[in-house]
Amino acid sequence: MTYLRAAADTVANAIATPEKMQPYSALGLKSDEYDMIREILGRRPTSGELAMYSVMWSEHCSYKSSKIYLRQFGEKVSPKMKKDLMVGMGENAGVVDVGEGWAVTFKIESHNHPSYIEPFQGAATGVGGIVRDIISMGARPVAVMDALRFGKIDDPDTARVVHGVVSGISFYGNCLGLPNIGGETWFDPIYQGNPLVNALSVGVLRHEDLHLANARGVGNKVVLFGARTGGDGIGGASILASDTFSAGGPTKRPAVQVGDPFAEKVLIECCLELFAQKLVEGIQDLGAAGISCATSELASNGDGGMFIELERVLLRDPTLTAEEILMSESQERMMAIVTPEKLAGFMAVTAKWDVETSVLGEVTDTGRLIINWHGEEIVNVLPRTVAVDGPVYTRPVAYPTWLDALQADTAAILPRPTDATELRAQLLQLLGSPNLADASWITDQYDRYVMGNTALSFPDDGGMIRVDEESGLGFAIATDANGRYCQLDPYQGAQLALAEAYRNVAATGAKPVAVSDCLNFGSPENPEVMWQFSQTVEGLADGCLELEIPVTGGNVSFYNQTGDKPIHPTPVVAVLGVIDDVGRRIPSGWQDEGHNIYLLGATALELDGSAWAGVIHDHLGGRPPAVSLPNEAALASLLHAAAAQSLIASAHDLSDGGLATALVECVMRFGMGARVWLDEVILRDGVDAATALFSESSGRMIVSVPREDDVKFLGLCKGRDYPVLRLGVTDANEDGLTVQGLFELPLRELRAVHQATLPAHFGA
Amino acid sequence: MRIGVVTFPGSLDDRDAQRAVRLAGASAVALWHGTHDLEGVDAIVLPGGFSYGDYLRCGAIASHSPIMAEIIEAAERGVPVLGICNGFQMLTEAHLLPGGLIRNDHGNFICRDQGLRVENNSTAWTNGFAANAEITIPLKNGEGGFIASAETIAELEGEGRVVVRYLGMNPNGSINDIAGISNQRGNVVGLMPHPEHAVEEGFGPDTASAMRSGTDGLTFFTSALIGFLATV
Repeated sequence: MTYLRAAADTVANAIATPEKMQPYSALGLKSDEYDMIREILGRRPTSGELAMYSVMWSEHCSYKSSKIYLRQFGEKVSPKMKKDLMVGMGENAGVVDVGEGWAVTFKIESHNHPSYIEPFQGAATGVGGIVRDIISMGARPVAVMDALRFGKIDDPDTARVVHGVVSGISFYGNCLGLPNIGGETWFDPIYQGNPLVNALSVGVLRHEDLHLANARGVGNKVVLFGARTGGDGIGGASILASDTFSAGGPTKRPAVQVGDPFAEKVLIECCLELFAQKLVEGIQDLGAAGISCATSELASNGDGGMFIELERVLLRDPTLTAEEILMSESQERMMAIVTPEKLAGFMAVTAKWDVETSVLGEVTDTGRLIINWHGEEIVNVLPRTVAVDGPVYTRPVAYPTWLDALQADTAAILPRPTDATELRAQLLQLLGSPNLADASWITDQYDRYVMGNTALSFPDDGGMIRVDEESGLGFAIATDANGRYCQLDPYQGAQLALAEAYRNVAATGAKPVAVSDCLNFGSPENPEVMWQFSQTVEGLADGCLELEIPVTGGNVSFYNQTGDKPIHPTPVVAVLGVIDDVGRRIPSGWQDEGHNIYLLGATALELDGSAWAGVIHDHLGGRPPAVSLPNEAALASLLHAAAAQSLIASAHDLSDGGLATALVECVMRFGMGARVWLDEVILRDGVDAATALFSESSGRMIVSVPREDDVKFLGLCKGRDYPVLRLGVTDANEDGLTVQGLFELPLRELRAVHQATLPAHFGA
Repeated sequence: MRIGVVTFPGSLDDRDAQRAVRLAGASAVALWHGTHDLEGVDAIVLPGGFSYGDYLRCGAIASHSPIMAEIIEAAERGVPVLGICNGFQMLTEAHLLPGGLIRNDHGNFICRDQGLRVENNSTAWTNGFAANAEITIPLKNGEGGFIASAETIAELEGEGRVVVRYLGMNPNGSINDIAGISNQRGNVVGLMPHPEHAVEEGFGPDTASAMRSGTDGLTFFTSALIGFLATV
């Protein structure tokens, strides 16, 4: 990009040299998009303007291919869904009223491509970026989570990516002092050339501390603070995130940002002190597209214009050109709007935290975003044309040619074991398979204790954090996605992801209240991918309407493919729940003896897309399990009522690996043994033993109930007409799990199989 | 009793330490690294975290913070000082405790519920424990491997200054499974595990009786209170 080294291209120069050739295509713009910019400006853009438009009109920043679908999240809403929503989609993160004057803000975002090229920094800055979104709402970040997808566990390149990503998240999140309270890890060859790193952060704030990203009030100062601007991450959003990797492998290293968690930690504390002293009118973090994004978004959301003197930006590298400064994605920076009378107070706080600060310009009444470089005007645009009114595409959509054949290839015809020895062996094979194996090798590298409010974390079904130390008010959160289901049926797969995250939150005793999603897909230029995307969004939007919980924000990540092979559609759904008192939360395993074990929900022959089909038969085909959202809502309400009355001692959701996996996880959680029997499930639901053990029918959970609460608990189930069956009893004299009439699984053997897999591939 | 908790840029467990102090029945005083003011506190906690990004060496820059001059002087007067994790690293960097902490032998950050044996229950921070008490508190660090010269190790062992020792497994390659040590006088204690994360039922490590109910860490803070009450 040597052209950038030329002297600044001014607006006057652009007018004088209309025919100058511009490298729009190298910056990721299509020729019709370039023509559109010329039409908007009535002249050719300056190189600075071109830089801004190119990053802001990138797929990553503009949502140009997804916008027409994402509108459904705003349209398919009921009054109940709006009731507690303080800030919805479109801001840095959604904000939900959780009561007692508290609000929770949360969001999940992708950092996929950087994490493939440079796994450590890619994943680290993914955490950093989402945390800054949370701060910019006026909240204190209080937790992180991550949803990870890697290639085949024994591929030589997988270890490189896993080590880098896990240590990057560990390094950045631990240094920020944010507990990592859960997430998920999947291995599948489909992600070999395109791993997914989706980072989630949650923040809490008092209602009155809510801040928004807008530049209002003529004469108010525009202040940039935090780390200095360097040459890292230039064009990250346009070139890296919005393009497909070529088959030759990663080569785009200079577009990955480099993170410094210490700078971010200091920035968090500095921002919170600025908020507490009410020194900030509007605030925006600098992430994708850096200063281009922050200035144009703040100005667009404001009521006037903005004037910036770009040479006032403090630089790490003094040789940077104006265009590079506009595009740089250097981390740990924030932009605030500050009234002139509060500027001194603002500077005193940033000085206390040794955070470098410079006043770049001010809010004007021109309606335009004007940027000067050493006295010469290099940008003069209507901010909305950069930040809001970018191109919108209605991409071609095509029903995949291969889908009917795939759906016809059901797992129901695969041979199922009937004798006890084979059932036992397959259960253990599943337990040690990469996606069901113990993930402690990963999660033990994350601090889950810091801040002292972690009420639940890995391996329980959801993470839970106390918000109010007096009342015990808290939130729970869980993320889920099953790319295999989504490949078979993206509409239903999306609803299953929603249902599972919802069920996970319900299993903790919390009440699900809101959703954030990170939609990971292949190239939008592939009509079959666009069909998958459209189905997914529709499934999610319909599902949220049915459950009456709003989507508060999220992120779309396209171009997740190497060559022409797209990843499975992977909509990672995060569900947030609220609990009045975290003291009443429910663990996912058995701790006490003599409790009755109940199976909630019914089991059908639903093995298509299951872990069993994948692990035992290397099979993916058929149609994913049926999903009934009213059933899920009924189950959640049942759990909530039972938790509120402290009737259940544990609850664990049934999903990947079915009942078999859930039962052994309940045993391994605290080491309490149990005796269970399958005869009644087999009889009631008309299934065989293998189906009872491995089917992934939705709407199911295992709970354990103290004997004295049995009658009350069964009364709750009956009142809601929810299927319930006594499956067994916890027993301290049992070593591990005994499935009566079939097999025994000693605790030591279970743990050995469960814990061996990840260390075997990635080191002890 | 007033116990000061120092916040450095990059401190993470400072508010947790303040909570632990309050739960122990003392009052917590927030101290700032950039001042020379100990505000007359009766004891001092240097909390965990990544002070100054742990640039140079863990705890090295913090050990030269303005407030450290006062802390060194107070420690020499006998004021109880507890360094937890990064705080322990600062104490070694400030030469209030011998030895040093290096990268875990397995190379990874590790967070786990760690078994410990309290081998010295006569320090300012452990006098509330029974002799050889076996406790569980969270451990979380990337650079927790304790090293010292053979001479120093012999001296620490000989003088009973190994305050807590890892039980069950050595999580980071520390010599002789050493998790925490004290100075000769017993008023300055440093340890890698985090007692402030095991002070409140519901938010500590799992125990046999209930999930997250471990509060073994609280005794470190009540010990300081016991010692203080004995002097007034």
